[in-house]
Amino acid sequence: MIRALVRGVGELLVTAGALVLLFLAYQLWWTDVVGDRAQARTTDALEQQWDAAVPTDGTSDEAPEPPAEAEADPVLADLPSDVVAMLRVPRFGEDYVVPVLEGTGDLVLQDGVGHYDGAALPGEVGNFAIAGHRTTWGAPFNPIADLVTGDAVVVETPEEFNVYRVEVTEIVLPTDVRVIAPVPSQPGETPTEAWLTMTSCHPMFSARQRYVVHALLESSTPRADGPPAALQAAGVG
Amino acid sequence: MYGAVWRVLPGPLAVRLVLVLLLLAAVVAVCFLWLFPVLEPYVPFNQQTVEEPAP
Repeated sequence: MIRALVRGVGELLVTAGALVLLFLAYQLWWTDVVGDRAQARTTDALEQQWDAAVPTDGTSDEAPEPPAEAEADPVLADLPSDVVAMLRVPRFGEDYVVPVLEGTGDLVLQDGVGHYDGAALPGEVGNFAIAGHRTTWGAPFNPIADLVTGDAVVVETPEEFNVYRVEVTEIVLPTDVRVIAPVPSQPGETPTEAWLTMTSCHPMFSARQRYVVHALLESSTPRADGPPAALQAAGVG
Repeated sequence: MYGAVWRVLPGPLAVRLVLVLLLLAAVVAVCFLWLFPVLEPYVPFNQQTVEEPAP
C-alpha cells in the first residue's frame, strides 16, 4: 500500500519533470521552427507581390496593374491581412528581412514584428514604434543589442524604402511607455521628426526590462528608384 | 501508472515498444500543438512590449 503510493508520487514527479523539459524544447526550438517558417512565407509572398506591382525601371507610363493572378495564387492568399511593412536591418545580416504586422498581441508577435496600435506609419512624422521577440518565435530582434549609432534600419512599404539611422539605445522598465511617445521620451510634445522605435525584452529570456532602440528617418525613396544605398551596400536588391 | 500502461498494451515486446513510441509521440503533439500554446502567455519571460501598468 505505502509502496504503491510512493511509486505513484515518484512517477508523477518524473512526469512533471519531463513536461518541464518538453516545454523548454517547445520554447527554445519548436517556436523558432514555426515562427521562422511563418515569417519567411510572409516576406517571400510580399516580395513577389510588391515587386510585381511596381515597374522597376520607373519610366513606364502604365499604371501598375494589380496582379490579377494574386487572388488565385495560394502563396499570396496565405498573407496575414494586416501587413504594415517589411523590415531590413543590414547589421542583422544581408538577407535579414521580417514582416511588420499591425498590433502587438502575443499571436501577432509570433508571426513577425508588431506595430504598436496608433503609432505613426513608416516614414511618417511621429514614432513608428515596433516590438519583436528577442528569443523564441523566430526571434526577429535577437541581435538588437548589436545595433550602434549610425546603423541603418530600413522599413519597406509597397510604395517606399524608408531609411532610419540609429541614434540612441536604452534599457527601460516594461512600464516605461514614454519611449514610444510620438517624440520619444517626451510624451505630450508635438512631433516634428520621423522616429522609429524598436522594443524587445531584456535581459534575454527575462521580462524584467526592455531593450529600446531609437532611430531617426534619413530618407524616403520610391520603390521604383530601387533599393537605397544603405541596402545596396549590404548586398540586398 | 506506467506499469499499468505497459501491462495493458497487447502483443509481443516489439509491438509494445512501437506502441509506447506512438503514445509518446501523441503526448508530445498534444503538448506542442495545444497545451503549451495555451500555457505560454502565463510564462513571464516572453514579453517584448512597453505597456501602461495594469490599474
